[in-house]
Amino acid sequence: MLRLAPDVYEQMVGHCLDGLPDEACGLLAGRAGTPKASVAYRTRNAAASARLYEVDPKDLLRADRDAEARGLVMLGVFHSHTHTDAYPSPTDVAQAPDPEWHYVIVSLKDMVPVVRSFRIVDGNIAEEPVVLDGK
Amino acid sequence: MAVEIRLPTILRQHAGGQATVQANGGDLGEVFDDLVRQFPNLAGKIVTDDGALHKFVNVYVNDDDVRYLDKLDTKVGGDDVVSILPAVAGG
Repeated sequence: MLRLAPDVYEQMVGHCLDGLPDEACGLLAGRAGTPKASVAYRTRNAAASARLYEVDPKDLLRADRDAEARGLVMLGVFHSHTHTDAYPSPTDVAQAPDPEWHYVIVSLKDMVPVVRSFRIVDGNIAEEPVVLDGK
Repeated sequence: MAVEIRLPTILRQHAGGQATVQANGGDLGEVFDDLVRQFPNLAGKIVTDDGALHKFVNVYVNDDDVRYLDKLDTKVGGDDVVSILPAVAGG
């Protein structure tokens, strides 16, 4: 299960909408050992593409340092699918960088964004519930 | 010259669980060679067998992405911190 602070959800979806017509991406951080994302980092998509994303390396470093300074750990990544469902593509699976991360996909295929989260371990995809957690 | 290297979570298991290690060298290539000598399970994960930076890894010297410096020829000194982060990408 992935818990999202409400403002994290808002920033995540907002960032994806702002990124159109390209895919947008960002990072999620929270306290170690908890499945709650309390911070969203709105990073640039260095691929600048409607089909691919790459978290800009400078933004990646900045986010990593900021999370560490706040005593948080990076616990996942979010990105948008502009025309397809909120489900990991073969590229998403092949390039998943960390088996402990949560992989959130925001589909902008329809008017209402769809947000789903997955674990990707050794090429296996397992969906997990996403819950808003306002505490 | 010993340089501090900050490892990403996924590589720490290959370095005895350490988040920060030290390695010797005058440039990044030498530093990574020394790193692999100390931790053989890191072989191929930062520098490929062809001797190039692995494309799924970002390496920074202090705040600078080494792709914009001299890649593995980037000179490093005792005050420099080398950070390694996995590339985060997909489609």
